[in-house]
Amino acid sequence: MTDFYHSQRAMRDMRNAALQRGVIAVLDVGSAKIGCLVLRFDGGTYRNDQEGVGPMAGQSGFRVIGSATTRSRGVGFGEIYSMPEVERAIRTALQSAQKLANVRVDHVIACFSGGRPRSYGLEGEVTVENPTVSEQDIARVLSSCDVPDYGAGRDVLHAQPVNFALDHRSGLTDPRGQSGEVLATDVHMLTVDEKVIRDLAYCVKRCDLELAGVASSAYASGISSLVEDEQELGAACIDFGGGSTGVSIFIKKHMIYCDAVRLGGDHVTRDISMGLQVPMAVAERIKTRNGGLIATGMDDRDMIEIGGNTGDWEHDRRKISRTELIGIMRPRMEEVLEDVRAHLDAAGFDHLPSQQIVLTGGGSQIPGLDGLASRILGQQVRLGRPLRIHRLPQAYSGPSCSSLVGLSLFAAHPQDEWWDFEAPQQGYPSRSFKRAVRWFRENW
Amino acid sequence: MSEMNMRSDILGDPAPSRWSYRLLRLMLTPYLRICLFYGVPLGLLAVALWLNFSNEDRRDALREMYDTIYLSIIERPEFMVNVMSVSGASDTLTDDIREVLPIDLPVSSFALDLDQVHEMVMGLGPVKDVVVRVQSGGVLEINVMERTPAFLWRRANGLELLDETGAFVRQAVTRLDYPHLPLIAGEEADTQIDTAQSILVAAAPLHDRLRGLVFIGGRRFDVVLDGGQIIRLPEQDPVSALERAIMLDHSEQLLARAVSVIDLRLENRPTLQVSESALDILKDNKNMQLRQTE
Repeated sequence: MTDFYHSQRAMRDMRNAALQRGVIAVLDVGSAKIGCLVLRFDGGTYRNDQEGVGPMAGQSGFRVIGSATTRSRGVGFGEIYSMPEVERAIRTALQSAQKLANVRVDHVIACFSGGRPRSYGLEGEVTVENPTVSEQDIARVLSSCDVPDYGAGRDVLHAQPVNFALDHRSGLTDPRGQSGEVLATDVHMLTVDEKVIRDLAYCVKRCDLELAGVASSAYASGISSLVEDEQELGAACIDFGGGSTGVSIFIKKHMIYCDAVRLGGDHVTRDISMGLQVPMAVAERIKTRNGGLIATGMDDRDMIEIGGNTGDWEHDRRKISRTELIGIMRPRMEEVLEDVRAHLDAAGFDHLPSQQIVLTGGGSQIPGLDGLASRILGQQVRLGRPLRIHRLPQAYSGPSCSSLVGLSLFAAHPQDEWWDFEAPQQGYPSRSFKRAVRWFRENW
Repeated sequence: MSEMNMRSDILGDPAPSRWSYRLLRLMLTPYLRICLFYGVPLGLLAVALWLNFSNEDRRDALREMYDTIYLSIIERPEFMVNVMSVSGASDTLTDDIREVLPIDLPVSSFALDLDQVHEMVMGLGPVKDVVVRVQSGGVLEINVMERTPAFLWRRANGLELLDETGAFVRQAVTRLDYPHLPLIAGEEADTQIDTAQSILVAAAPLHDRLRGLVFIGGRRFDVVLDGGQIIRLPEQDPVSALERAIMLDHSEQLLARAVSVIDLRLENRPTLQVSESALDILKDNKNMQLRQTE
């Protein structure tokens, strides 16, 4: 519990330092593209200490001053498999974003979708010592949570207290100062493969940057795509990426579940490439320009030129109907959606009061996806785009950039995490004596 | 995406090299940017200027060029002063002014120091006030207000003319040139010219007989009348003392008698001094009476 506690603490301190300096970059390391936004914080409104929605939903504190995307290389299933390639891709994105911003960036908040994220629900309960709940009590109740054995080689990415209960009153967001006897909490903990974070940190470090935070991209796109009431009442955000599809469930403005299906748009492209015997680039073009999921009679007559430059005249002049293309794409998307369905069922999404499903990510731009998704996932399906943030370029307002935007919001309004609270002090005198000794040893 | 893919196939890797990336980041460092974008050009400029002007000849050439340009501007005909006109002064004073001013006409009005001209003209004795200005058309106008002589002051080294404030006007040759001016004498008499004036006003009834005033010992006046008669006035309030003497003269014909000195220095004890000749006559008369009685 303590090792990630310290590293996450260090990252949080780094982020505070970056916010103090006013410039921070957010980096989305995806399987299809690597995107980077440079944010300028001018004005101290990023603190989230007031109740409810702040001015401009909290987006007034920062603006985008630089942005760049580059084709992703060396990333598959949201995980890095070729470090030099990814390093170069990050360098490309950051350099052009820095050039546009005309400012040097030293701190980066990154998100990724891979690493087999796994959610755990943790519970803790303590009796309150003082008449009213203090910060110390919250630290104690958080540390009283029994952490399950999430396995070796895993690391905690998020550990967010999502609910507090005081005696018989549940659903408290901030119980400090209230009087009660028994304080209980629910913590949502998300673990990922340790080496994925480590690889990402190494790549970022190779680019002379400091990693000031990591987030799951499913979480980030949930923040940006779900509107206020959806986050409050309960909704799932499905982020169709290139190599993996992220699923995150929100209720009461907290993420309570996050998972990823290791299938995405790249698999659709690969199916087209294999089915039509064309290179991946051509398959990608055909998918983005002519793709669809629901065939109609019109599509039988809609012939698509495949093209090609093999030199074989017959091979390069082939045509297929759009129905055939849909026939290739639809089974793969159905498979993705079935897997998403399985994850939602496992998470108990049926029991939420509202079952809104929001599709976002680059893959959600396939025409007809909402129709197909509503058959498999449920009736309340909509396509989501990221909400607007200040000075966001038009090209970045599409669903494929929802995790980038979400990450910007995450940088501006970080969710309280476990490591934001001081560890409870036990045996105060000996500890303070030890601390004094350590201070002397460090300073003299 | 596909276009990008093809382009990258053609152009190769779009990623910047590690060193170009680092260089860009270095160049985006704020202090370094300021230093490079302002410091280096300024430094180069300073070095170039220093190298250029470390040579004596170049400095001289620059100075010469500056002088040429300056002269060519100030010696334009619009700025030249060609004529000096002196007005309000007598002929001798005009000649004096023209003599004393070191101005070689024509001269540029930039080179003309009007304050200095003013000072020099004011330095001349007979000048009470002067207005110096350059008028359009290249005329240096010197408008003089001359002092008028009010007193003739006899000193050991000659006669001087003073105006009504006691200021020196000019030397005089003889008393006869200025018969209408009152005569005063005595060292430092010019400092007490106001008192002298008031005494003269009070002495108006004696005008016919008045020869002049003498300032004695730097503190008081004597009124000298013809026939060697002297009225010694006190230091305090000489005018009323003189008026008293005049009143005595009216009632007693004091001055018509053989009195050589009327001493009014002590207010309570006016003293008369009889002249030597009168004393002799008196003595003769007494002797005569004595002889008659014998």
